[in-house]
Amino acid sequence: MLIRTTRNPTRRRLLKGLLRGGAVTVSLPFLDMFLNENGSALAAGQPLPARFGTWFWGLGVDKEIFLPTKYGADYEMRAQMKPLEKVRKHINLFSNYNVFTDGKSNLCHYTGWVALRCGSVPASRGGLPGESLDVTISDAVGAGSRFRSLTLAGTGVARDSYSFRSADAVNPPETSAVEFYQKMFGPEFQDPNSPTFTPDETTMLRKSVLSGVLEETKGLERDLGASDRQRLDQYFTSIRELEGRLELQLQKPPPAPNCVIPKTHGKEAGIGVDVEVVDVRHKAMTDLLMMALACNQTKVFNMVYSDSAASLVRQGSERTHHILTHEEPVDPDKGIQPNASWFVDRAIENWAYFVEAMANTREGDGSLLDHSLVYAHTDCQFAKVHSLESIPMFTAGSLNGRVRTGLHIDGKEQAATALGYTCQRLMGVPTSSWGTQSMQATREISEMLV
Amino acid sequence: MSLRFRVAFAAATIGAICASAMVAGGALATQAQAAQKTGDGAAEPATPGAAPTLRLMSQSQYIHTIANVFGPDIANNIRFAPVKRTDGLLAVGASAAVVTPGALDRLESAARSVAAQVVDVRHQGYLVPCKPADEKARDDACARQFLSEVGLLLYRRPLTERELALKVDLAGASAGGGRGFYRGLSFALTSVLVAPQFLLIRESLEADPNRVGGRRLDGYSKAARLSFLLWDSAPDEELLAAAARGELHNEVGLRRQVERMLSAPQMEQGARAFFEDFLVLEAFDNLAKDPVIYPAFTATVAKESREQVLRTVTDHLVARREDYRDLFTTRRTIMSAGLASLYRVPMLIKPKSWAAYEFAAEDPRAGILTQVAFLSQYAHPGRSSPTRRGRGIREVLMCQHVPDPPPNVDFSIVEDPNAKFSTAKERLTAHNTDPTCAGCHKITDPIGLALEKFDGAGQFRETEHGAAIDASGALDGVRYADAAGLGRAMHDSPAVRACIVSRLYAYGVGRPVAKEEDALLGYFQAQLDRTGYRLNDMLRTIVYSRAFFTIQGSDPQATRTAALAP
Repeated sequence: MLIRTTRNPTRRRLLKGLLRGGAVTVSLPFLDMFLNENGSALAAGQPLPARFGTWFWGLGVDKEIFLPTKYGADYEMRAQMKPLEKVRKHINLFSNYNVFTDGKSNLCHYTGWVALRCGSVPASRGGLPGESLDVTISDAVGAGSRFRSLTLAGTGVARDSYSFRSADAVNPPETSAVEFYQKMFGPEFQDPNSPTFTPDETTMLRKSVLSGVLEETKGLERDLGASDRQRLDQYFTSIRELEGRLELQLQKPPPAPNCVIPKTHGKEAGIGVDVEVVDVRHKAMTDLLMMALACNQTKVFNMVYSDSAASLVRQGSERTHHILTHEEPVDPDKGIQPNASWFVDRAIENWAYFVEAMANTREGDGSLLDHSLVYAHTDCQFAKVHSLESIPMFTAGSLNGRVRTGLHIDGKEQAATALGYTCQRLMGVPTSSWGTQSMQATREISEMLV
Repeated sequence: MSLRFRVAFAAATIGAICASAMVAGGALATQAQAAQKTGDGAAEPATPGAAPTLRLMSQSQYIHTIANVFGPDIANNIRFAPVKRTDGLLAVGASAAVVTPGALDRLESAARSVAAQVVDVRHQGYLVPCKPADEKARDDACARQFLSEVGLLLYRRPLTERELALKVDLAGASAGGGRGFYRGLSFALTSVLVAPQFLLIRESLEADPNRVGGRRLDGYSKAARLSFLLWDSAPDEELLAAAARGELHNEVGLRRQVERMLSAPQMEQGARAFFEDFLVLEAFDNLAKDPVIYPAFTATVAKESREQVLRTVTDHLVARREDYRDLFTTRRTIMSAGLASLYRVPMLIKPKSWAAYEFAAEDPRAGILTQVAFLSQYAHPGRSSPTRRGRGIREVLMCQHVPDPPPNVDFSIVEDPNAKFSTAKERLTAHNTDPTCAGCHKITDPIGLALEKFDGAGQFRETEHGAAIDASGALDGVRYADAAGLGRAMHDSPAVRACIVSRLYAYGVGRPVAKEEDALLGYFQAQLDRTGYRLNDMLRTIVYSRAFFTIQGSDPQATRTAALAP
């Protein structure tokens, strides 16, 4: 009872302690006691958090060496999927799902990913006809952790984000492992396993500042047009979200027995999008993200490995990945563009690294991956012709035993939004459909459900 | 002593395509025609105006405002979330931008950092106008004095009594518990810096005494429009005072302020901000070249090449007050040691310093198109790209739209392993035998090929893969032999003139240019064709126009014209 009270101090109590000078230090015992006997749930009966993430790479795959010919559990791992062999039991591959444009133009390296993120095909480049599914899911489940969502770009480019509430409200990504480390584990981080807890008086005052701003701006929306009113509302929502985070900071964080604070930010990548540099950046950010998840910093995350018109470069080569997809001849025997294909191999290796990192991070009686669902996709299938048919998609993780894994699932040419819809339903989004026109999905993918 | 003078005093003390798709091009051609029709002394066409804007302050506006209010030694490393580039400008995108939680995170963190510095022992003595009776306790009178003074400069209008009372109360409450007056003040200042009244530039209307029932932008909104355009910063005390006295509503008062601002040192930062946006220079945030192919193009060179083009532009337009069109032909530039090596010019420059340099008359470099910034920005990491360069010129400098390639673009000729293409021109000529491709490439490639004597890092070369490079071509019917010739063709291009005027106007009013404003842009262009395209002349033409402050329904002439329309 003492602990519960301490974990939820009232604003009045903290103000009494803080604003009159004496900061409060609360001693607590160590925390495995918070877990049930087998560690699969909190002792109070709540399940371990269900997490959702996205992982993106650009410029598709080479179907001749990527797509298995068999469906089900015993599909064959072809050359380009080989790096995923070690995480095969944790993932599902989805093929034969399409993006239908309903007469709109196929905007190269744009239409595909937009449709897979928000369920609708854009009418023009730059348009985003809806919010991305991670935002919808974050609205549903993101409360209660320090950050409602985290977005990271392995490219290091500030515009490489596929998480958005609208075209004018794209969530900015973390672009450097150093900064991401500071954001996660810098001075504001509260160790959930610390035996003592000292609420920070500055945090309380910061919260008061934000409350004051909300108070002061009442009525500010008067005389504004509808769209500007919405923008101002979004501003207030952002303030309230930050306020909520500070409120959480004033409470003893829930236990996270597998949380180990990284000592450093890992290897620092240089600038640019050379494959080797992106590889370093992506892996460093992935490692930090794993600990951020293990330390309950968020329940929703997005990782971009390469952008949709991937301009990744290989040292000494005149041509970027994107240029190669258009200028390199297709090897008539193998049916692939060998140099372009080399870049896809690197993307799949990094996807395997990401899944393995989640699988190797312990949590409760299993791993982070066991309590998560990750949705991965690209922007097209064969970049040379920007094909929107059978854009490969993956999931990773079993989401607390609710998702079957190890499968290659045949979409039978249905709209690819079926997967995004299924993810949302699994994450508890109360919706009966997702997407518009031919991209509307109303049924979950039953093969992946337990 | 006013805050501005205190800061200045302290600083001194511290010492420290396809023809059918050229939609925008068509619109600009209409403007150019309108310009020809507009004779000497023609009246400004009526415009319908637009609704007042609510713009998110840009990163540079934030930095300049903080520096202008509190002094340049307040460290401020804020990095704003990117906004969507709209109609060629981030400044236009800012009028629809939303502050996401991720964006607010950074803003709140920066606000705390700035506020803490303003009241620290180094700065409190001259940035806070009064001494508290007791530093360890609240002092509402002193807090009120500071917050009303700073609030005026940051909210760009006087704080309402309610706003001020809440801030003073916050300062007082936060000073308790032994934290003291200055700590309390820092929390109150943080609340100013994180408030939408500061970060969103909101325009407000007031009753227009000259028209019964009419409305107009209020003086403070006009002051902000002027100041963010000319100085890339919030209005200073003098401009706000003029706004308070209603002087921006009459021609004499407006001219007094505008002329003062045009001749102030802050004009340079205003010009830099516009050209950073106009020239899409945020691309340099992540620009890198292949270190094997272009070992001389380091991260430092990338940064300095961006700086070089900005220094060239401000030297040319602000310091020398020369014509915008001459930027495409000028042989003057500003050079750093790293760039001198890349340009292979014999010049000794100390590290981290800059020096004026003039290319010789016979040098292949002339104008900003032949500077490393443009050449490297519109190229691939490992090779040049005539198509990217051509597209950059069309879209950025001529405000024309080049369509995307079709999804099923056919590169089979280029892909042929038996084909021997030594130069980009040979490669593109082969690619363009496909009429689907040729339609758009003929818009971009002839221009881009003129710059082929500069590789992907902007270094001069005579040959590519052993074959001589032919840089001749034509821009909209004007033929040239080389890059300098392209610069001359750009100098004389009506589309280039129409583009800069259109972008500058959109940047100033903070919204897209409406189709109904074509005649207005034509009118501007006709004026400038007579006076020349000096920056100050362009700015005067725009800010002295009736249209610049016109909001929807406020231009009586426009209302009359609409009423008379069939």
